[in-house]
Amino acid sequence: MPYTINTPRDQQEMLEAIGVESLDELFAMVPEEIRLGGDLHIPPAMSEMEMTRHMAELAGKNQSTADSVCFLGGGSYDHFVPAVVDFVASRSEFYTSYTPYQPEVSQGNLQATFEYQTLITQLTGMDVSNASVYDGGSAATEAVLMSLAATRRSGRVVTTDTVHPEYRQILQTYLANVDTELITVAASDGRIDLPRLTEQITDETACVLIQHPNFFGSLEDVERIALAAHNAGALLIVSVDPMSLGLLRRPGELGADIVVAEGQSLGTPMLYGGPYLGILACREKFLRRMPGRICGQTVDRRGKRCFVLTLQTREQHIRREKATSNICTNQGLFALRASVYLALMGPQGMRELGNLCLQKARYAAERICQSERFELAFDAPTFKEFVVRDIDGNVDDLLAHAASQGVFAGVPLGKWYPDLADCFLVAVTEKRTQADIDRLVSALRANSRKVAASYA
Amino acid sequence: MRNTQSTQLLFELSSPGRRAARLPACDVPERPVEELLPAELLADQPPPLPELSEPDVVRHYTNLSTMNMSVDTNFYPLGSCTMKYNPKRNERIAAMAGLADLHPYQPEESLQGMLQLLFELQEMLVEISGLDVVSLQPAAGAQGELAALMMAAAYYRQRGEQRTKVLTPDSSHGTNPASAAMAGFDAVTVNSNGNGCVDMDDLRSKLDEQTAVFMITNPSTLGLFDQQVAEIASVVHGAGGLIYLDGANMNAILGITRPGDFGADMMHFNPHKTFSGPHGGGGPGAGPIAVRQQLAAYLPSPIVVQDGDTYRLDDDRPLSIGRVRSFFGNVGVLVRAYIYIRTHGPDGLRRVSENAVLNANYLLARVKHFLPIPHGDRCMHEFVASAAQLKTDRGVTAMDIGKRLLDFGYHTPTVYFPLTVAEAIMIEPTETESKETLDAFAETLLRVVDESPQLLHEAPHTTTISRPDEVQAARKPVLTWVAE
Ligand SMILES: Cc1ncc(COP(=O)(O)O)c(C=O)c1O
Repeated sequence: MPYTINTPRDQQEMLEAIGVESLDELFAMVPEEIRLGGDLHIPPAMSEMEMTRHMAELAGKNQSTADSVCFLGGGSYDHFVPAVVDFVASRSEFYTSYTPYQPEVSQGNLQATFEYQTLITQLTGMDVSNASVYDGGSAATEAVLMSLAATRRSGRVVTTDTVHPEYRQILQTYLANVDTELITVAASDGRIDLPRLTEQITDETACVLIQHPNFFGSLEDVERIALAAHNAGALLIVSVDPMSLGLLRRPGELGADIVVAEGQSLGTPMLYGGPYLGILACREKFLRRMPGRICGQTVDRRGKRCFVLTLQTREQHIRREKATSNICTNQGLFALRASVYLALMGPQGMRELGNLCLQKARYAAERICQSERFELAFDAPTFKEFVVRDIDGNVDDLLAHAASQGVFAGVPLGKWYPDLADCFLVAVTEKRTQADIDRLVSALRANSRKVAASYA
Repeated sequence: MRNTQSTQLLFELSSPGRRAARLPACDVPERPVEELLPAELLADQPPPLPELSEPDVVRHYTNLSTMNMSVDTNFYPLGSCTMKYNPKRNERIAAMAGLADLHPYQPEESLQGMLQLLFELQEMLVEISGLDVVSLQPAAGAQGELAALMMAAAYYRQRGEQRTKVLTPDSSHGTNPASAAMAGFDAVTVNSNGNGCVDMDDLRSKLDEQTAVFMITNPSTLGLFDQQVAEIASVVHGAGGLIYLDGANMNAILGITRPGDFGADMMHFNPHKTFSGPHGGGGPGAGPIAVRQQLAAYLPSPIVVQDGDTYRLDDDRPLSIGRVRSFFGNVGVLVRAYIYIRTHGPDGLRRVSENAVLNANYLLARVKHFLPIPHGDRCMHEFVASAAQLKTDRGVTAMDIGKRLLDFGYHTPTVYFPLTVAEAIMIEPTETESKETLDAFAETLLRVVDESPQLLHEAPHTTTISRPDEVQAARKPVLTWVAE
């Protein structure tokens, strides 16, 4: 057996010490009637070698972004992961430990968390950060739940269709069992329509949830939206792309009360969707409404600086049904990865990275739109993503064809936005070279229909 | 000697102008940023992050790591958390580009291997649970609970029934009542009886036509298998309610008995416990849920389905509660669970549970002579000792004992949980520990309970810090570093 250690002799000695005859007798507590008569019907065990071969076969049936060029985005991005991030995160002492319940033997994790919280506040311009939630979507949803409690308004939550559609689906799921109305305001020209949004913000509204850069890659007028929310006594929650914050003003300076983000870009591979990192930071006054773990500085009995989990009276293991959230296991490893990433990048690195994304995305957009078949769907300024309209209206074939050429050209939008069924979302990270962009352009230019049929 | 210089805070190590990352030059025609973005959105300065060199960062974190205990370095009998060995093969395999470098919105044709893996995992979890359909979406056990309770709400709504209560035993994990509240239910506590199992009279008295779900942890957080479970299920079902099984303790019953066979209608798995996902200093986890057919329509979307030779994501499921997480879920954790199950097979999984239960009972047999085990002589995969008597007699608490164990290189067991046992010390050795480790641990524990109260109150003595002032931390929170 791979990882059980007891030899037959050990087992015998242990059974004797316990005072039973057999392993079976140990399970006397489990009534006969509900015992599984035979074996589980799952495939027989494989050795490490067989398993490796089997998994290589499965992996071989996937077309990975390592052997294609990836222009897919929409919340998960092909940014570069420096080797140091993998090195640090795979240190056993980080990798195989758990929640730092015992600070004396968890100062590594605790200090790393304290540093993470600090780095996130530096990045976002907020006062405090928690130690992570599951992903960008649960961060946005938890922020909304925080705002219901903080404002004592539970009548209404206002968001816009420029927020990630899956985040809005999560929010809708969580709000389905409470009496809060979720209003989703339609965008115009790929951005928030401020008058239309303002109209929906009532004195019952707990918060306004926006995304900036938004799901279409466009920048929003966060300051004016903040004003509109605050005028009605509602909080502003902004979901940001952390990679934009080397260039763009920080949401804390633009009036955000709670900032959330998907932190995958900060040093984590795409992993077919997870595990990722939910970032959640807020103004000090909402601290006690925060979900999840929070790490704080203190001193030990000898007066030495150290770090502990703190403000735990918010949490489920103490407050049970009155807790601010049910979260227990979080995404600590990815908070660590994000910290290492930010420590390596520093202020200049983040600025240069932002600039590379911006320049390359603009270049790609222009190159794509040199073809008469394509145009940018919206006029608003964008950061690293943009929406392209296929004037032929044949997005599925077009993207399938590009994929067959080894180019993941974009994310089709029709599934979430029927009006944009002729559009796709293109993301360009710092990893994309001019040659990659040329490949994208030529993959999009070729006659799609014929080749697409052979790919399917 | 510890290197205390490199474990200063990153911000204290920072020096203006120092750099680690070097980015490539821009290889496309570049334009001034001001031409591309409106001035009012641009930052004057980049964010005030620390400035460090790569060797600084590596030395900093490497030294920090040595201030942690971990499964790879220490015995970590943290009850309820199943801190078993994390197979290294899982890591190398899961890092294959064909598994790790996949974008969640790639076309399904380009993901057939991944979808096959996830489909097979769904099927294997169906078999292990004895239930009918699985969703892999929830990101952790707690989110699995929440999703399942939201499904129960949708199920009753569909049936036109008004059910507002979720019952949880007093020994349940805090996430159970917290999830119930988040799903819009009133959480009601059911007492345990003298044996640590569900008090049937109390259950009956609280069960009514308002009851939607009874959440049971079986084996329980006391490490006991509640033999009344079939009766509980029939009583709850008789009142029109559903049984939710908190599957955190599946490590005790793999291939021995199945939740679906003892009356559960819904459950979550914690693959980061049962199926060896590394805990990452707090996470990631995953929280797949398995349910009976009558609830399948409500599962979060999408789930993976097989059409002939191909696999696809099915999100055309009109009764689904929707999504609880973006993209597919915590796939990396699920891939490791898949590898774990496939490298064990049916025999191997049963032996995991047999040895987990053997190890726990052996340790119990050694410990019971000097530390009372309030709930008897036998256990499943873990047991709960109590320091209540020690506290009365000598003023020594569960915390004191737990802290002192650190001096001997053992991670503290879970203490003060479950709440139903005074001065609880909850010990879960797991199957990946040897008899020698258990013997040495038991001997240490025996020695510790006899040590002087003064020594114990001040323990640990050998760690870098000892007994942080948690009251001060909470009273005047310092949650970020601030420049002086
Ligand atoms: C008994 C029990 N239930 C539920 C949970 C919650 O699971 P998770 O931490 O994965 O959200 C835990 C884990 O800590 C547990 O021990």
